[in-house]
Amino acid sequence: MAVEETNSDNQKDAGDMPTNTQRPNHAKTVGKLVFVVVAMFGFGFALVPLYEVFCELTGINGKTSDTAAVYEPIEIDKTRTITVDFITRTNTGMPWEFKAVTKRVEINPGELSEVAFYVRNPASRDIIAQAIPSVSPGQAALYVNKTECFCFRHQPLKSGEEAVMPMVFYIDPQLPEDINYFTLQYTLYDITERVDEPVDVAMNSIQGR
Amino acid sequence: MATVTNTPADTHTADHGHDDHHHGAPKGILRWVLTTNHKDIGTLYLWFAFIMFLVGGAMAMVIRAELFQPGLQIVDPNFFNQMTTVHGLIMVFGAVMPAFTGLANWLVPMMIGAPDMALPRMNNWSFWILPFAFLILLSSLFLEGGGPNFGWTFYAPLSTTYSGDSTALFVFSVHIMGISSIMGAINVIVTILNMRAPGMTLMKMPMFVWTWLITAFLLIAVMPVLAAAVTMVLTDKFFGTSFFDAAGGGDPVMFQHIFWFFGHPEVYIMILPAFGIISQIVPTFSRKKLFGYASMVYATASIALLSFIVWAHHMFTTGMPVGAEMFFMFATMLISVPTGVKVFNWVATMWRGSLTFEIPMMFAIAFIVLFTIGGLSGLMLAITPVDFQYHDTYFVVAHFHYVLVTGAVFSIMAAVYYWLPKWTGKMFDVTLAKWHFWCSLISVNVLFFPMHFVGLAGMPRRIPDYALQFADFNKWISIGGFAFGLSQLIFLVLIVKACRKQGEPVTDQVWEGAEGLEWEIPSPAPYHTFDTPPVVK
Amino acid sequence: MDISGEKSVKSLKAVMGLLTLCVPFFSFAQSAAERSDLNLRRGVTDISDQVYGLHMLMFWICVVIAVIVFGVMFIAMLKHRKSKGHAPANFHENVKVEIAWTVVPFIILIVMAVPAASTLMDMEDVSKPDLSIEVTGSQWKWHYKYMDREVEFFSLLASQREQIENKFPKGENYLLEVDRPLVIPTGQKVRFLITSDDVIHSWWVPDFAVKKDANPGFINEAWTRVNEPGVYRGQCAELCGKDHGFMPIVVIAKEPAEFDRWIDEQERIAQEKRAEEERLLAMNMSKEELMASGEQIYNSVCAACHQPSGEGLPGAFPALKGSAFILNDRQGHIDVVVNGRAGTAMQAFSKQLSMSEIAAVVTYTRNAWGNNTDDLVQAKDVNDLIQGK
Repeated sequence: MAVEETNSDNQKDAGDMPTNTQRPNHAKTVGKLVFVVVAMFGFGFALVPLYEVFCELTGINGKTSDTAAVYEPIEIDKTRTITVDFITRTNTGMPWEFKAVTKRVEINPGELSEVAFYVRNPASRDIIAQAIPSVSPGQAALYVNKTECFCFRHQPLKSGEEAVMPMVFYIDPQLPEDINYFTLQYTLYDITERVDEPVDVAMNSIQGR
Repeated sequence: MATVTNTPADTHTADHGHDDHHHGAPKGILRWVLTTNHKDIGTLYLWFAFIMFLVGGAMAMVIRAELFQPGLQIVDPNFFNQMTTVHGLIMVFGAVMPAFTGLANWLVPMMIGAPDMALPRMNNWSFWILPFAFLILLSSLFLEGGGPNFGWTFYAPLSTTYSGDSTALFVFSVHIMGISSIMGAINVIVTILNMRAPGMTLMKMPMFVWTWLITAFLLIAVMPVLAAAVTMVLTDKFFGTSFFDAAGGGDPVMFQHIFWFFGHPEVYIMILPAFGIISQIVPTFSRKKLFGYASMVYATASIALLSFIVWAHHMFTTGMPVGAEMFFMFATMLISVPTGVKVFNWVATMWRGSLTFEIPMMFAIAFIVLFTIGGLSGLMLAITPVDFQYHDTYFVVAHFHYVLVTGAVFSIMAAVYYWLPKWTGKMFDVTLAKWHFWCSLISVNVLFFPMHFVGLAGMPRRIPDYALQFADFNKWISIGGFAFGLSQLIFLVLIVKACRKQGEPVTDQVWEGAEGLEWEIPSPAPYHTFDTPPVVK
Repeated sequence: MDISGEKSVKSLKAVMGLLTLCVPFFSFAQSAAERSDLNLRRGVTDISDQVYGLHMLMFWICVVIAVIVFGVMFIAMLKHRKSKGHAPANFHENVKVEIAWTVVPFIILIVMAVPAASTLMDMEDVSKPDLSIEVTGSQWKWHYKYMDREVEFFSLLASQREQIENKFPKGENYLLEVDRPLVIPTGQKVRFLITSDDVIHSWWVPDFAVKKDANPGFINEAWTRVNEPGVYRGQCAELCGKDHGFMPIVVIAKEPAEFDRWIDEQERIAQEKRAEEERLLAMNMSKEELMASGEQIYNSVCAACHQPSGEGLPGAFPALKGSAFILNDRQGHIDVVVNGRAGTAMQAFSKQLSMSEIAAVVTYTRNAWGNNTDDLVQAKDVNDLIQGK
C-alpha cells in the first residue's frame, strides 16, 4: 500500500472517488440505513404473526386451530387406532373446578368424536374464562380438526353456576404414521378483567345439568 | 515502501471556519461534552467502556464471592439474580460494544484516510446518551424491589408478568443503548462507504475496517429487533397486551425466538471486530502480510449471514420438532467452517514469519488459543442431543466467557496496547503490561477452565448456592475470579500513566512491522488527520 | 521448507519426546473422563449412554483439532522467531491450502453430524408409553401427577433453611434432596408431560439425559426408560426467579413389581387422607393448635417469600405483617391462599395443602406479628370457600 501527497488539484482528478466534502452523499446513505433500521423494527413485530403462521404450518408450539373446521364425511381409516388423552388445568388465581368428563378416547382417523368437559364456578364472583389448548407431540396439533369447541369462545359463568362443555373433533387421516398417541391439554384462565362483556351472555352449552 | 502523507498541524488553522468542527482541542470539561472529533469521542467511548468493565467486574466479584462456598453468606438470592443480570447487560452493552465503537472511532477514519467520522454531531450524541442509559439501569438497583433480576436474556414471563416495576427502567435503558449503537453503526457505515481516501478500494481496506463494516450492518439489522422485543415486554407488562402470555393467546417461547433472532447476531457483533483486530496485529509482529486476505473477508461475511439462521440453537430444550432441531444443529455447525478459516489464516500468517512477542502479540496469541477453545466448546454445544445435557449449565458459562473474555475482551486489550503508543505518542509501561498479561492469562484460565468441569458434572447456571460436589472447583473459580479482577487494576494504572503521557517517545510507525495509513501519521496522532485525503495506490 | 536432514531428525526426536510426555496425559484423561465430578455422566438409560458417547467423540475430535492447530502455531512461535534470525517469507495466499482447510472441516462436520442426527432420531420416540406422568413446575417446586392413578404430590426441597444459612452442617445431598421424590418403574417407557403454572422452568435429570422446558400454558413431552434401579438427582435448569437454585428433582427408579406396590400404597394413603380431611371438617381446632401448626406450615411454605418475620421483601413480595388486606378481608385472605393470585408467585395452595393446613396457616398469619385480628379460620371455612357455599 503506498500513499502519496495530494493537493487540491489531484483531488479534482479523482472526482469519482468519494471524499469528505460530499455531504449530500451522506444524507442518501443515512436515509437508506435509517430505512433499514425502521424496517427491522417493524420486522421485530412482524415476527409475531410470522411465528403464528409458522406454527400453523409446522405445529411448532402444539397449538390447535382456534377456528371451527367443517366435517366433510371422509373415509375412516379403520387400520389405525389413535389414543387421545385429555387433561385439564386451571391457572393460578382461577377458582373453577374443571374436569374432563371423557379422559381418553380411542378413535380411527377420520371418525367424528365428541367429548365433554365439566366446569363449575364456586367463587362468589362472576368469572369469564378462556381455555387454551396445547397438544403434545406438537405436530399432532395440525391434524386435530375441531368442528365445535368451547375454546373458540370465552366461557362466562356466574357465581355458583356449572356447565358441561362439549368438544367435537376428528383426526385427519394424514396424521404421521409414528404418532398413535397424543395428549390434549386445556388450561383455563380467568380473563374477567381483560374483557368488557357481561357475564350473563348465555353459554352455548348445557347450563346447570 | 510508503511515503508519509501528513498534514502539518498549521495547515488547518487556515481551514478554520470552513467547517465548524475544525478547531483545535479546547480545554476543560466542555471539550469532552461538545466534542465532535472522532479521536476525542473514541477516547470517551474507551474510557466509558473501561469504567463499565470495572463496574460489571465488581458485580462478577459479588457473584464469585457468594459462590466461593456452598450456602448463602453474602447476598440474598434475589440480589444475586440482579447481579448476574446487570453484570451481563453491562458487560455486553456497556463494556464490549462501546469499546469496539471507541476503537472504530479512533481507527476507522485514520485507516481509510478520512479526516473524521461522516456524521460528527451524531457521533457526539451516540456517545453521550450512553452514560444516561447505564445510570438509569444502575439506579434501578437501588429501587425498592431492586433492578432487573431475570437474566440478561429477560425471558418472558419472568420479565413480564412476574417482574418488578423497575422493568420499565430496564426497557428504557435498553432502548437508549440500542439507539446509541444504531447511531454508531450508521456513522461507521457512512464513513466507510463514503469517505475512503482516493484509491482505498473496498478490497484494500484493513481487516479491522472490513469486520467493523460487517458488524455495523449486523447492528442496524438486529438492534431494532431487540428494541421491538423490549417494547413487547413493556406493553405485556404494563399495557395489557399478551404477546408472550398464553392466557391472551400469546406464547412465551415466541419471546425466545425474537430475542435470539437478535441475540445470535449480537454474539458476532461482539466477536467480528475482535477478528479484525487480531488480523491487524498478527501480520505486524510476524512481519508478513496477512494470509488469505480475501478469504478473511468472505469468511467474515459468511459468518454474519449464517448468524441469522442459527438462533434456535439457544432453545433446543424448549420443545421443537425434530426437523427444526436438525436444521439449527447443521446450520450452527456450518459456522465453524468460516471461523476455522480465520484461525487457520492467522496461524498461516505466523508460519515462517519473523516473529517477535511484544505485548499486543502476546494478547493476540492468547486470543487465538483461548478463543479457539471457546469455539470448540461452541461446536460441542451445537450438537443437539448433547446440548440437552450442556444447556443452561456452567459448561455454557465457560463457553461464552472463553469467547467473550479471552476472545472479545483480550482482543480489546490487544488493540489498546497496539494503538496506545500511536494515541499518546509514548510507549506504555512494558513491565506493567507484562504483569498485566501474565496475571490475566493465568487467572482467567483458573477462573473459566474449571467451569467446564462443574458444568459437565451438572451445575446449573444462575444459581446462588450449589450442591457439595461442586464446592472444590467453585472455590478455585472464585480465586481465579478475584485474581483476574485484581489484574485489571494493573491495566488501570498502566492506562492512567499512559494518559499522563509518561514513557519513552515512539516513532511514527511505532512497531517495526506495522503497515497501514495510521502508522504513517505522526505519533501522537494529531488532533486532525487527513484533512486533505491521501492517495492510496 | 529449509529444514536440513539433521534438523528434521532433531525435530522428529522432539516430537516423539512430546508424544511420550502425552501418554500419561492420555491415560489420565481416560480415567478423568469416568469421574462424574469432571465429566458428563454416562447415566442409566440407553439414550444417556449414546449422548455420553457422542460427547466423548466430540471432545476427542476437538482435542485433536486443537492439538494440530496449536501445535503448528507453537512450532512457528518456537522456530520462526526474529530472535533466531528467521527472515519472513512473503507468501500470503495459497488457493489449494485454503480450499483444503475449508473442505476438511466440512468433512469432519459430517462425521460429527451423522451420529448426532441418529441419536436425535432415537430420542424422538412418540410411541405409547407404559406410564405417563404430568410434571408441573411452579415457583419453586415440582408437582407430579400419575395419569390414570389417583396419586399426585408436590416435591419440595428438603435441605433445611439452617443448612442453607450455614447454621447447621450440610448433608451429603445438600440442595439435591426433596421431601417426596418421584418414583418410576425401571425397564418401562415413562413419559413426562411437562408444563408450568407460572414462569418457564426446566426439568432436568442428567442421568436420563432428559432436559425439557416447562412452558406456562403449553405441554412438552420427554421420555425415559431407566435400566437400573437407583436414586437419580437433578435440578431446575432455567432461571425461574428468586429460588431457582432451590428446586431440585429426585427420581427413584424401582423394579416394576416394587413400583406397583408403591403406587397402590400411595393410592391408599391418598384415600385415607381424604377421609381424614372429611373428619377434620367437622372439627373445630383451638387457637393454640391452629397457631402452632400454622407457624410450622408458614415457615416451611410461606417464609421463603414473605420471610419468617412476615415483612416480605419490599417491591418483590408483599409484607403480611400489618397488611390492610389481611386485617380487613378474611374471605379474601382465604381465597388468595386457596386459589393464588394470577401473575404473581402466589400460587393456589389448595393443591398443595390440606384444608386444615390452610385454615391453620391463615389463622397464623391473621394473628402473628401483631396482626391481632383474633380471627380463627377452621377447615370448614376453607371448604365452604372451595365448594362455593
